[in-house]
Amino acid sequence: MSPGRPLLELEGISKRFGPVRALDRVDFAVGAGEVVGLVGDNGAGKSTLVKVIAGINSLDAGTIRFEGKEVSINRPQDATDLGIATVYQDLALCDNLDVVANLFLGREQTLGGPGILTRQLDEVDMENRTAELLSNLAVTIPSLRSEVGTLSGGQRQQVAVARSLLGEPKVVMLDEPTAALGVPQTKQVLALISKLRDRDLGVVVISHNLADVFEVADRIFVLRLGRPAGDFSSTEVTEEHVVAAITGLGDNVGARAEVAEDDAEAADRDSEGGKA
Amino acid sequence: MSATPAAPTSPQAGGPEEKAAFDPRQAVRRIVQGDLSSVRVILGLIVIAIIFQVQESRFLSAENLTNLMLQITTIGLISVGIVYVLLLGEIDLSVGAVSGLGGAVMVVLNVKHGWNPYLAIAAAIAVGAAIGCAQGFLFSKFVIPSFVVTLAGLLTWQGALLQVLGKTGSLNVTDPKITGLANIFYSDTTGWIIAVVCIVAYGLVIAIGFRRRVAAGLGESNPLPQIARFVLVAAIVIAATAILNSDRGVPLAVLILLGFVIGMEYIVQTTTFGRHVFAVGGNDEAARRAGIRVNGVRIAVFSIAGAMAAVGGVMAASRLFAVNQNSGGNELLLLAIAGPVIAGTSLFGGRGSVWTALLGALVIGSISNGMDLLGLASPIKYMVTGGVLLLAVLVDAVAKQQRQTRGRA
Repeated sequence: MSPGRPLLELEGISKRFGPVRALDRVDFAVGAGEVVGLVGDNGAGKSTLVKVIAGINSLDAGTIRFEGKEVSINRPQDATDLGIATVYQDLALCDNLDVVANLFLGREQTLGGPGILTRQLDEVDMENRTAELLSNLAVTIPSLRSEVGTLSGGQRQQVAVARSLLGEPKVVMLDEPTAALGVPQTKQVLALISKLRDRDLGVVVISHNLADVFEVADRIFVLRLGRPAGDFSSTEVTEEHVVAAITGLGDNVGARAEVAEDDAEAADRDSEGGKA
Repeated sequence: MSATPAAPTSPQAGGPEEKAAFDPRQAVRRIVQGDLSSVRVILGLIVIAIIFQVQESRFLSAENLTNLMLQITTIGLISVGIVYVLLLGEIDLSVGAVSGLGGAVMVVLNVKHGWNPYLAIAAAIAVGAAIGCAQGFLFSKFVIPSFVVTLAGLLTWQGALLQVLGKTGSLNVTDPKITGLANIFYSDTTGWIIAVVCIVAYGLVIAIGFRRRVAAGLGESNPLPQIARFVLVAAIVIAATAILNSDRGVPLAVLILLGFVIGMEYIVQTTTFGRHVFAVGGNDEAARRAGIRVNGVRIAVFSIAGAMAAVGGVMAASRLFAVNQNSGGNELLLLAIAGPVIAGTSLFGGRGSVWTALLGALVIGSISNGMDLLGLASPIKYMVTGGVLLLAVLVDAVAKQQRQTRGRA
């Protein structure tokens, strides 16, 4: 569990919305071939952090480094150009188009020859590349020509993730990829996330579902009220620890993975008390 | 489409609108649910033909069928543009008025100002496109519902029509180049040559596409469905040519209508622009995030609708040898919108094909033509057409609900 050099590093990120401190001096990093679960309660700043990285929200203070170089991300296009892809919860798929058309939406392949005049679509090429990409990701979809609207929630999520890979990104951020999915579909999506790690991508997964996070993430990063509240290795931490960090009942605001044993036990007790 | 457990990521044969239905029960369900709406419409056309033929034997005569084709030219051409607008999930209420204005612009330029007929026609189409462009700009830039923008357009362009026609209120057109558009019939030999060229061209397109797919290892290598399709289309072309030839011959107007339908269908189904039209109609936010210039697509589509309306107006003026204050008025607008909807283009955007412009015009035209033959009065004609439209929209709405339940299942 030793991911390589961090791909994306954030240092001292702060973001205010009027009087609200959405993010307060947050340090965050994701390395190549690493899956980081980003967890926290509603309003903890998870989405704001992702939007800062995706270039939708500008940051008030802090620095972003990508592959060791300091960069500024002011527009979504900046993030895309760096190689950061984001799959939002609403997926942004066209239900009336088939899988191939959705994958290549906005970057359609066109035919050479006379077809160049009308920018005629090269359906054969696009379908081939779709089939290749999906089979590399071990995604099974009955027919590449079926409308995306007829697919299951898990398949739609997989299509959205596959689409983000067409731009050859280095970091992929997924916003609640398993929300509203059934058990088998969740499994498919989690398997796909593991595939992304195998391709040496840095993956950030926002999720409310700790079981899913534990299953797929190498590291779990907790935000609470805009502050970092824990950065754990998923193999060395219990669910109770993480819950305590999320709720703040463990009194460990700003805690790191190297929390002392007894602190952790206290957190366990507290979280049990909190649940009661 | 739902529960076909094919091999993993193995694509199905055929294009986006493949007609190969394997399980008969599923085929029936697909027809009812609207996946195969073109088949549904053709069945409807056959029913209509049988009903009228039983009561009036002239209905399926070569002469009447030729008349029918001439009657639907204007409405079909306007509907071609409407299909594009419907694919966006929008509406254009100004196309009737724009078609009247387009016809008037052409006639006034040709008759009063002595313009070359082709220049006058080009000017009329340019006026239509410019009107559509302006309406599309207002609609997309200021986020005014297209319904309102084009309703204002309807009134404005009707006023412009009266203005252009001046005090006389009516103008006759005598230039043979213009009247010929709707009144030229080709000789039998020419008709057959055109038919053969069309069939050969269609066969080549199918064969080349099929070979490319097979060479790329996509789809099944069984050419039977494609051959069946080719034979069906060839049979229709041959039958149509034979019928038209046994009356006055193949009319130029039919070729113009078919040319626009095929050309605009090619654009919407196989080009990047067409793909973007579908995308904006399906989910404009997704299209925007994918980097598509959504407003540009919208303005282009409304320009196309305006231009096609003007083309329809030119054909109407040619057929009637005149434009008057009623040109493009009456029920023309509503029927031009109803046609594609009856034939399966969704009012909700993102689903449809340009063929529905032709099929819908055929449905509406044959109902109107048949009731005229039977000597039925206007009130009944309107009510029957209204009933057919309502039925078609109901089927569309039910199909949409079915899709949604299946999509989330």
